[in-house]
Amino acid sequence: MKWGFFVSINEKKLNGIEDNTRRTFMKNSGLTLGGLIVGGAVGSLLGKKPMTKTEQASAPMMHEMAQNPNKALMFFTPDEFKVVEAAAEQIFPKTDVGPGAKELLVGYYIDHQMAGTFGNNSREYMTGPFYPGEATPELGYQTHLTRKEVMTLGIKALNDEAAKRFKSKFNELKEEQQIEILKDFEANKVNIKGAATSGFFFSLLRKVTIEGAYADPMYGGNKDMAGWKMKEFPGHQGSYVNVLDKDFQKIEPKALNSQHSM
Amino acid sequence: MAKTLPKTDIVLVGVGWAGGIVAAELTKAGYNVVGLERGKERSTNDYFMVHDELRYSERYEMMQDLSKETLTVRHNVKKRALPYREWGSFLLGDGLGGSGVHWNGQLYNFLPYDFEIYSKTVERYGKGKIPEGMMIQDWGITYKELEPYFNKWHEMSGVSGEPNPLPGSPQVKYPTKPSMETPPIKLFKKAAKELGLHPYQMPSNNLSETYTNPDGIKRGACQYCGFCERFGCEYGAKADPVVTVIPVAKATNKFDVRTHSVVRRVLHKDGKATGVLYTDITTGEEFIQPADVVVVSAYVLNNVKLLLNSKLGRPYDPVTGKGVIGKNYAYQMNYGGATGFFDEKFNMYGGAGALGSNLDDYNGDYFDHSKLDFLHGANIRLQQLGNRPIMNNAVPEGTPAWGKEFKDKSVEYANRSIFISGQGASLPFRDNYLDLDPTYRDAFGDPLLRMTFNWKDQDRNLAKFIGQKAGEIVKQMGAKEVLVGGQKVGDYDLRKYQSTHNTGGVIMGADPETSALNSYLQMWDCENVFVPGASAFAHNSGLNPTGTVGALTYRAAEGIAKYLKQGGSLV
Repeated sequence: MKWGFFVSINEKKLNGIEDNTRRTFMKNSGLTLGGLIVGGAVGSLLGKKPMTKTEQASAPMMHEMAQNPNKALMFFTPDEFKVVEAAAEQIFPKTDVGPGAKELLVGYYIDHQMAGTFGNNSREYMTGPFYPGEATPELGYQTHLTRKEVMTLGIKALNDEAAKRFKSKFNELKEEQQIEILKDFEANKVNIKGAATSGFFFSLLRKVTIEGAYADPMYGGNKDMAGWKMKEFPGHQGSYVNVLDKDFQKIEPKALNSQHSM
Repeated sequence: MAKTLPKTDIVLVGVGWAGGIVAAELTKAGYNVVGLERGKERSTNDYFMVHDELRYSERYEMMQDLSKETLTVRHNVKKRALPYREWGSFLLGDGLGGSGVHWNGQLYNFLPYDFEIYSKTVERYGKGKIPEGMMIQDWGITYKELEPYFNKWHEMSGVSGEPNPLPGSPQVKYPTKPSMETPPIKLFKKAAKELGLHPYQMPSNNLSETYTNPDGIKRGACQYCGFCERFGCEYGAKADPVVTVIPVAKATNKFDVRTHSVVRRVLHKDGKATGVLYTDITTGEEFIQPADVVVVSAYVLNNVKLLLNSKLGRPYDPVTGKGVIGKNYAYQMNYGGATGFFDEKFNMYGGAGALGSNLDDYNGDYFDHSKLDFLHGANIRLQQLGNRPIMNNAVPEGTPAWGKEFKDKSVEYANRSIFISGQGASLPFRDNYLDLDPTYRDAFGDPLLRMTFNWKDQDRNLAKFIGQKAGEIVKQMGAKEVLVGGQKVGDYDLRKYQSTHNTGGVIMGADPETSALNSYLQMWDCENVFVPGASAFAHNSGLNPTGTVGALTYRAAEGIAKYLKQGGSLV
């Protein structure tokens, strides 16, 4: 899984590394390049076309891969990640005013949140009995499912809906098709197979998308504080005593790592 | 088998503002106090990494762990109550200092009208003005009687402010100068004055300047960093129990604070409390702490739960209207507000919990209600809290909640939108109340508290009126677009954060038949139990509650000392 993921995320950028990785995997797994590959994640990876010249890795890309260990997955499968990244980008798209969810690495943020206490509902009251059917929305969280379970079901439902309407995976749809499906999720018009509504899943997805755009970069999103720069939010500052009585002042943001030196 | 510890003079259930004040006052008077706090120790050193919106504001770092305990909620008596599973409408703190650490520091004295709300309403409008089912009653104390105790709070905490210019309102003198006048505050004051209203700087417990209180505690000035509500203050500039009353109590060597200690019962025999039963959750051991006086000083909702689970006092029954524990639960009606969208940019990213300006022209009974379909009102205010980017995404009416337009507008208006809000009063009704849930249990197996609550016409009409007034002000300020709230309030929505100003359930009053406590917050039914906190409020005003909690607690502390000397009922 570890190797498979590594290849799938980076192969488009890093042809040379991908080839090496593939060879290493082959060697370790006892498979041979000429052999028959049967299904699954590994098979699809190996079946991918080699990169074209223009897709090949540049030095800054290599550098970033080495420098940003946050760009790895703790929870989602690579396929789930693609769906989440695509949906998050529709919720918070790249526009003229600045970067969208994808560029801000919101998908990685969501992945990391789902893997931890938030995704596992560690600090929520999860004792039964549960009556999700009789609860009105105003009573809030009433499913026995944890957030990460809701997320997994929701992603599957996005793909199911994409297959039903357009015979495709959600992340491979055109922008307007993705938006159409997300709108129906938001309006509770899609049936998720599980104890959660599509609207409930959508509100969770929207919430974590906004968080990923604007939380401190240490959580894996808000890449290079670009969310804050776009919104002219200065992040962590010690004091505004000499600022607040004046007209608007733009301040370069700082993250919490500026405060931490040990 | 619980281990019985040596007896103390006073045991506190919870060490927040109420517990902290009682501890400081009674240890100074020479008594031994044991403080049992369910959460952990806290100090300003904890907040080195506090400017983290996700951790503190979205993941509720300072709040109780709901996996261990929550309450259940329903809209009316016919429904099954369901657990409040994730934080939403209100946020209950834990740890030393309790909810007194993560507050904003907006500090008001309740209005003279509040303490005599029933008499004054009947006097001005007649009994017929009070709608069916509304349970307003006088508090058994007057503003005049409480005034010295409000002043005690002001001096202890160093409130920053200026007198209220509204004719007929009490003229409060604060120990430190008003907080900073920012461009949005100036704009609000100018607009309000043009409309004939009486704005003044919001009374603040974020210090405007260095201050030394009568106990010798010195604290520095607020830095307007924009991380206040839901956060602890790394500067100690926001008054909280950990930087004010608790160190005073500790310095006497008579205050024994035990953290991670969850009180499960008040023990009592023949109408008097003997002590409390608690669990040390780090070891799992159970202890009995005997005491001459038990002070139930946890959060409002936990006070009610503990008394009901301890079978202390008469539980309220909404059908017969008899009983008192759980009665007059009230909240805060905050939907009446308006957002203005401006062309010009302001420094909205910075601020403080109590940085703002406000007016009471439409609060209490300062305006004529004869032709209105509600009682009381709201403090209308501009707050400059610091628009942290995850939580604040104001967009004009008609903008979708996501997608290109949402993104562009939420970015455009991040520093160009100003919210004028109404801190609306919440008046009690016969069927808005608290009791124990028949099904759901906490981590110890004890029944959870059950809240039965919904908005009434009183609330909806108030919100509508206040929203329109707020809209007029923000329009006068020059907003090019105005979004008016409170025009159509539905059922009480537990998902949406509204306010952590829950009140009532163990209310004070002049009559043991209709109240649980006398004016010293001493239980009518158990003379050595005192219950300070907003649970004592007979209704909630159109103002933040902490100043009144503080004043009532200072008076209760005086009562406890008196009781320890003379015994018996103090009233």
